[in-house]
Amino acid sequence: MKYTLSVLVENHPGVLSRVAGLFSRRGFNIDSLAVGVTEDPTISRMTIVVNGDDYIVEQVTKQLNKLIDVIKIKKLNPKEAVERELALIKVNANSQTRSDIIQITEIFRANIVDVSKETLTIEISGDEDKIEALIELLKQYGIREVVRTGLIAIERGNKVISKSKSEEDE
Amino acid sequence: MAKMTVARAMVEVLKSEGVEIIFGIPGAAIYPFYDALYSSDIKHVLVRTEQAAVHEASGYARTTGKVGVCVATSGPGATNLITGIATAYMDSVPIVAITGQVNSSLIGKDVFQEVDITGATAPFTKHNYLVKDPKKIVRILKEAFYIASTGRRGPVLIDVPIDVQMQEIEFEIPKEIDIPGYKPKEKGHPLQIKRAVEAIENSKRPVVCSGGGVIASGASEELRILVEKQKIPVISTLMGIGCIPTDHPYYLGMIGSHGQKEANLALRQADLLIVIGARLADRALGDTKITDNMKIIHIDIDPAEIGKNVDTNIPIVGDAKQVLSEINKRISERKDFWAYEIKAQKKVLPDDDKLHPYDVLKEISRAYNGDYIITTDVGQHQIWAAHNLYIKKPGTFITSGGLGTMGYGIPAAIGAKFGRPDKEVISITGDGSFQMLLQELATIKREQVPIKIVLFNNTRLGMVYELQKKRCTGRFIATCLDGNPDFMILAKAYGIESMRLESKEKLKEAIEIMKIHDGPFLLEVVTSPDEPTIP
Repeated sequence: MKYTLSVLVENHPGVLSRVAGLFSRRGFNIDSLAVGVTEDPTISRMTIVVNGDDYIVEQVTKQLNKLIDVIKIKKLNPKEAVERELALIKVNANSQTRSDIIQITEIFRANIVDVSKETLTIEISGDEDKIEALIELLKQYGIREVVRTGLIAIERGNKVISKSKSEEDE
Repeated sequence: MAKMTVARAMVEVLKSEGVEIIFGIPGAAIYPFYDALYSSDIKHVLVRTEQAAVHEASGYARTTGKVGVCVATSGPGATNLITGIATAYMDSVPIVAITGQVNSSLIGKDVFQEVDITGATAPFTKHNYLVKDPKKIVRILKEAFYIASTGRRGPVLIDVPIDVQMQEIEFEIPKEIDIPGYKPKEKGHPLQIKRAVEAIENSKRPVVCSGGGVIASGASEELRILVEKQKIPVISTLMGIGCIPTDHPYYLGMIGSHGQKEANLALRQADLLIVIGARLADRALGDTKITDNMKIIHIDIDPAEIGKNVDTNIPIVGDAKQVLSEINKRISERKDFWAYEIKAQKKVLPDDDKLHPYDVLKEISRAYNGDYIITTDVGQHQIWAAHNLYIKKPGTFITSGGLGTMGYGIPAAIGAKFGRPDKEVISITGDGSFQMLLQELATIKREQVPIKIVLFNNTRLGMVYELQKKRCTGRFIATCLDGNPDFMILAKAYGIESMRLESKEKLKEAIEIMKIHDGPFLLEVVTSPDEPTIP
């Protein structure tokens, strides 16, 4: 099972390596890790997708909490969160296939962001399944390269993850 | 605000933190700090290898409750600290390690004596810093002491480039430390404490498993009150030895693969296990399987330890002293001590004409009546000491429990003696461990540290030799230490008095000679290679 953790960390050099190092050291599998600065420039937010059971996700949370640079961790309920991933897909395209690819791109509400004689580069954002579905369809044309950001997520409604720690979030 | 160099500011912060002693070795990348140290009152102990500096700081920290401080230069100086830092991390010892670093502009270029020590030590420090901004040094040092000494204690490393040490700053010590991601929780949850009290009162065969956390939090008295009120047998991990006196009627001994039979038996028969300040790692549990029939209460200041190795029914995050005193306020009295029968089965040690290690340790216990600080190395002698020494007070049995670092004992004893000069400090070691850091005899000589060393010499790496005997049908490889030096001549070379004990009839006399000797002393005990860890 996959779990999405939203983690507030101090925006210091080396924090990402501490977090990533912790995962490899403890033998936890990260499905994806996306990081960027928040509305407060001293704080970054990491969205970490972990594959495992309840024990694994509990251990990941506890071990992450031990890191001094980690301010807060929250396990997101997928039903109560908006989850997105951005992908850039470079696919083979010639005069015969180009219009088919453009049609598929439109159906997926994706964008073509670069064109060359032999390729099209498509930008898509959405949840993991949507991106997987597009990649699957484009495979028949020959995918040259895929770049994915990993999942980012935010809670729906007026809930926010604030900087102050409370027990329920630990 | 006074203007001063970063190096000078570092010394001023150390003084403000109450640091009286530092263990280390200078080098080119840390010389400005040493220069600033020259005109301070802080004592510096020059060690002979950096690993010893951390162990000495560790011994000092564990006997005084203060933060131990050690210093090394960049590159190999810093990497030599690594084993000591990892040892302190595993045993939750508060250490601040300061390392010099190459010039900021050269970092990442693989210049002479450069190493990424913050990257290397990240997995086994509680936190670490590379100081790039001179203005941050004061806050960072204050934070380091705060982090090292609060919550679950541990080592913090600060790496300071040489150019940063030489820069001038406005010196002002911040009044408060606020680290957003670090808020240790010391107070146990009242509801969980209530559940724990009910579980203890409803249990028929409760057992307390006490770890190093009980000693670190100073919770021994609260533990004694609890177990005496509820008549609960106490078993301990290696780190927990001394949590209550080893001659206490409810103490059954150390658990685990190298533990005492009666302690393991009590663990297997318990219907409630109260784990306090212990992680219950593989070696502590040994062959004991925790079954669903056994309820577990786990008290620890580090939430990550709860549920890590065993499933817990009642987790309580908090400081052991605080949580136990809350439990004690609510708990009733019990009449029967269920483990008397188990205690009665205590194994009687063989008594013959041969000189056994346990004879030596029991005689030391008798001669000193537990009025000492013991440090051990790692090996058979460590287990012999854990089983046979009388440990009267918490914090007087100092050993490398988590990492099992050979070479720990002698430097830890040096640090302990500096921390508690009023106490007799005895280091129990083996010939394998002793030779891992024996250059510290030079530190003992230079500083005239009056510690006593009891060296069990069986010319073997005994633990592995024993393992090979049992598991490899006697295919002994690389465990025989033929070629050992004459340890008495070696001691003499360092100006240390010594004596060799080979027979049982000389035992009392030898211990008496060691006891009354004024100054450092080495007692070499010639031991049979076939002496088992557990007779």
